[in-house]
This record gives sequence, C-alpha cells and structure tokens, in this order.
Amino acid sequence: MTPVPRVDIAIDAQGVARRFGARWVLRGVDLQVRPGEMVGLLGANGSGKSTLLRILATLLKPSAGGATVYGHDVVKSPDDVRRHIGFLAHSPGLYDDLTARENLQFGAAMLGLDHPDLDAALERVGLAHVTHERVRGFSAGMQRRLSLARLVLANARVLLLDEPYSNLDVAGIALMNELIGESVAGGGAALVVLHELAPAAGLLDRTITIRDGRIADDDAAFLEPDALAAAGER
Amino acid sequence: MAWRDDWRRVRAIVWKDLTTEGRSKAGFNSVAALGVTILVLFGFALGPDAQALRDAAAGALWLAVLFAGVLAFNRSYQVELESGALEPLLLYPGARWTIFAGKLIANTIFVGLMLVIVVLVGIVLFQVRVPDAWPTLILVLALGAIGLVSLGTFYAAMASRSRAREVLLPLLLFPMLVPVLLAAMSASKALLSGDLMHEAPAWIRMLVAYDVIFVVAPLLAFEHVIEV
Amino acid sequence: MTAPSDLSNDLPRPGYWRWFGIFAFLFLIAAQATGLITSIPDRDMGHLQKIMYVHVPSAWIMSLTFVAVLYYSFLYLWKQRENDDLKAASAAEVGAAFCGLTLVLGMIWGRPAWGVWWAWDARLTSTLVLFLITIGYLALRAFVEDPHRRAQWSAAVGILGAINVPIVYMSVRWWRTLHQIQSNPSTVDPWYVFNLRTNAFAFLFIMIYFIRQRYVAARYERAAELAVQAAALRRN
Repeated sequence: MTPVPRVDIAIDAQGVARRFGARWVLRGVDLQVRPGEMVGLLGANGSGKSTLLRILATLLKPSAGGATVYGHDVVKSPDDVRRHIGFLAHSPGLYDDLTARENLQFGAAMLGLDHPDLDAALERVGLAHVTHERVRGFSAGMQRRLSLARLVLANARVLLLDEPYSNLDVAGIALMNELIGESVAGGGAALVVLHELAPAAGLLDRTITIRDGRIADDDAAFLEPDALAAAGER
Repeated sequence: MAWRDDWRRVRAIVWKDLTTEGRSKAGFNSVAALGVTILVLFGFALGPDAQALRDAAAGALWLAVLFAGVLAFNRSYQVELESGALEPLLLYPGARWTIFAGKLIANTIFVGLMLVIVVLVGIVLFQVRVPDAWPTLILVLALGAIGLVSLGTFYAAMASRSRAREVLLPLLLFPMLVPVLLAAMSASKALLSGDLMHEAPAWIRMLVAYDVIFVVAPLLAFEHVIEV
Repeated sequence: MTAPSDLSNDLPRPGYWRWFGIFAFLFLIAAQATGLITSIPDRDMGHLQKIMYVHVPSAWIMSLTFVAVLYYSFLYLWKQRENDDLKAASAAEVGAAFCGLTLVLGMIWGRPAWGVWWAWDARLTSTLVLFLITIGYLALRAFVEDPHRRAQWSAAVGILGAINVPIVYMSVRWWRTLHQIQSNPSTVDPWYVFNLRTNAFAFLFIMIYFIRQRYVAARYERAAELAVQAAALRRN
C-alpha cells in the first residue's frame, strides 16, 4: 500500500515492516518527522531501530508498508531520496589509504558537487591539521569527525544518524550537536538512533521507542533528561 | 547534466581504485609477480623443447594473465568491504552502472599493465619471435583483456561478498570466459606464427562481439547485484 | 513484496500434473521402444547408432532449459516474485542433469566410434563448457544464504550464462573446424528422423515434468525453512 506523499513532512513512514527470512524485525511502524524536528529513536539491541533507519536511507527495501522522504518514495524513487538525506552509519566507511582530503574529494565528486570547499569542511570538524594524512592512522574519533565532514559537504536536509555520538569526545559531541542544530534550524530534520540520551538531550524534540519491531511509545512532550534516560533503558 | 555527473562519478571511482591500489603494500607488484611465476611454471610443464614452448606460448600467456587477474578482481571490492565503505558508496545519488564502469576501467588498466609485463617476460621465456603483425597482436591483447576484466569485475561484485569467495569467482568466471579465451588464444597463436590461414580477423570479430555483449549486459545487470 | 503469510499458504498441489507425469513416462517408453525396434542397424556403427535417440534429444532439451532459465531470470528481475527464482533454479538443475546425460552418452558413443573417450568434438566440448557454467550457477546458489540476494544474483548470473550459450557453441566450433574435420554421425535409416522427433517430444515432456517436480520440492523446502525459523522465533 503506497502512502500518500505529503510534502510538508520530512519523513513519513506508514506501516513499515521488514522480514529477514521468517523473522520479522519491524512489524508495522508509523512515524512522522516534520521539518525542524530532531527525533530520537530508542530501543534495545535488535529492536529494529537501525533497520528502520536503513530502510529510510534506501539501503534496505521494506517487506511491507512504505515510506517517503519529502514526498519521494524510498522504493520507487530511491535516487531522489538519496539526494535529500545524509546517513551516518556505525562504521565510518572511509578509505584507509587515502588522505582525509582525498576521502572528501572522492565524496564530493560522487555527490556531484562542482566547487566543494574541502578545506573549510576539514577545518569545521577540527581535522585541518591532518588534511594530508592517510586515514589509516586515524583514531576512531577522528574517523567519525571525517565522516561528519562528508556530511557537511553533502549539506543534506534530512539527517539519518545511527548512534552518531559514539567515539566522540566532549568537543566532538558539541560539534555534532552544532551540525544537527544548524540543519534542523534551516528547515531540515534529523532522525537519530540513540544508545543513551545524555548527549542529545538539549536538542531532542521527542523520542520514539521501538520494541520488538513496533513503536512502544511516542512521547511528544519534552521529558527531563533522567526520565528520558530511564525510558531508554527499559 | 546527468551525463556530466555520471562521467564525474566514473572518473572518481577510477581515480579512487587506482590510488588505493597503488598505495597498498601488496597490490600491483604481487599480482604481476604471480603472473610471471605462473608463466614460469607453464614453462616447466610444457618445455624445455623450444618449438613446443613457442607453440604453447599464446595459451600459457593468456592463462597466466587469467589466473593472476582473478586476484585483482576480488581485490577491487576488498577495499570497500574491509572499511565498510560500500554503504556510503551506494548512498551517493546517481546511477549504479557508474560504479561498475569505474571499476571496469580501473581493472582494465591494472590488468593491462600486468599483461604487458607478462607478455614481455613470455617473449623471452618462451623464445617467441615478435611477428610483423604485432600491432594486430596488441589489438588482440587489448580486446581479450577487456573481455576478461568485464566479466571478472562483474562476478567479483558477488563472489567477494559471499562465502568461499576464492573458489566461487573462478568457478563462475572461467567457463563463461571460454569464448574469449579461445578467440584470444587462437588469434594470438595465429599471429605469432604468421597467420598463414588468415584466421585472426574472424577471431578478432568474435572478440569485438563478445566484448560488446559482455560489457553492456553486466552494465545493465549491475544494479541488481550491488545492493547491500 | 509478499505479505507475511502467503509464502507458506499456497503450496503447489499435484492436480493434473500427476497425470501428465504418467503420460510423459509412458510416452518416453513408447518412443524409445519404437526407436529401438524400428531402426535398422547402421552401416558403420551397428546398433550403437541407437544411442542417438537419447543423446540428441537430451542435448536439445538441455538447450531448452537454458531458455527457461533465461526467461524465469528475467521475469524474476522484473516482477520480483520468489516463485520465478525457484522455477529458474529448478530449470538449471534439470539442465545440469540433461547436460551430464548428454556428455556421458556422447562419450559412450565416442569410444567405439572414435576409439577414444574424448576427442574435443565441438558439440561435446560445448556441452562440457555449458555444464560447467550451470555448475557455477548452482554453486552460487549454494553459497548465498539470504533468499532475496540469492535470487537477485542467480537471476543476473543465469541471464549472462544463457546468453553465452550460442557464443560458446560458435567459438568452440570455429576452434575445431579450423583444426580438424569433425565426424558427424550419418545414417541411411529412413526411420531416423521420425524416431528422433518423437523422442525429442518425449524428452520435452519429461523435462517439463522434472522441472515442475523440482519446483514443487523447492517450494516445500522454502516453506519448511520459513516454518523452522518462525518456530525458533516463537520459542524466544
């Protein structure tokens, strides 16, 4: 059943279900993220939150149901969806034998950017001092920052982030929040899979908890950080 | 504009593949060395009689390139798989066939260079007399290499991501390459011995037809095998 | 994409196929018997010639299975129905069996006819290459666990393999004719063509029946797989 696209909604998932073999990881998730919102996705390991994110990012196809990003269907027009989103995965997905700048250069060329300001992006994420060093020698935190730089270049309207705060120090967390905040303030949206709430507490508009492939609760009200953390651990 | 973007993507992938391969420690040198080693082993198997070696030179050469090339094909996806870079690659907007085209060009350059080295060594080891028609021979080498590389790159997209990748790639690839190997070997052999029967043009036509079919078909099919 | 329940609910029923199977086997027996009885011993080959009534139809049917693989592979990529993937795989397995049969019979014919078990005859060599291509297809399926990925990859490999079939035949034939004149079985038997045709049809019916049976088995396998996984899930 194709959902009716509503272009004023950034992310619109209706009845999204996904099966791996006979195992249903997602069992019908309805979710909307409006422009200007940052929504946190919580849940235990294996609850399906990463799978949901990957479906929205067009990396997986839903077994049932559908989703749109700014009106573009993730199954029918995945390429249009990809133009609007920036996805951050667990693993940084960088080329070890290329330098930081070369990694960005490759990303910019693949994104179709005509005159990308690679140095500014590296400066922004605090990696200017390793511009010409190969990624092989980078720490996990530095690699995370470099993938952030790639995200900066992409300048996506919708951010789909899978545990973006892992491996980041305090400065890195602040940087991530800065970037998310900028995107959201500019009319974009962010859906963020979170392991713990503390780093994002100041920015989150609401959280959604996934349990056993379904939405457990959708709390639109802004909760206190402690209550949010407690909700995430349930 | 779409063409320009597609072409830019292809160029980016060619550059990225060649650069990462060039900077990796193992890389080109070991594959080329392997090609030469295989050639030497063929020398032991078929020689030491000079005429026997000359007769077998074309066949031995192509097999050496094939066996060493198989390593290159899997390696071309290794980079993405090891560092988890396949997902970001698939997330860039744009047609999937550009990924295949980029890898195809990069692998052709890679295998082409290896081919040159193996041919030069082979001429010496197998006491081959360079024929007058050597430009045609170069054409045969190029067409044959493209045929090998195209299907090799395509099947490696699958084999490199499955269990038993080392056996699956040759198992899928080698039987499919029989026509191009027959054509390349026969044409090479004929040209090396003066092509008295004028076989080479027919084989070259077959090589061209094979290359066209088996570059276009994998290009079209690539998007179905490269999903995560 | 398919909803949760429908894969295990509509397993194929035998229905008319049981009768078709009986008919196919009876027809095969009749065609083979007719061939054996009516054909006169060949001038050169003697009774050996009669192996052609199995060898030649076997080869024709083998080529037909490649067409089936091509068709169902395309269909799968277009419609994304799992059943089409299972049909393509069944056709490939049956094709491998007929390939093997063709090869063995060719060798059995060749031993007395040529004096050797193998002489790189163009058609036999092509059959061997196609046999290996089919093995590659089946090996791919064996090594890929995820059903969707297995189906996608098999379809691509199946299509490429199928379009290579005429190219393999052509290249091997050129390779042979340029070096040696191949010996073709020739005969003066007036019943030869008739018997060949009837046996061809007999094998065609058998092929269809085999593919159907293999497909049914594949559907049951798949349903069992899903049931086991579902049961494991409930236990958790």
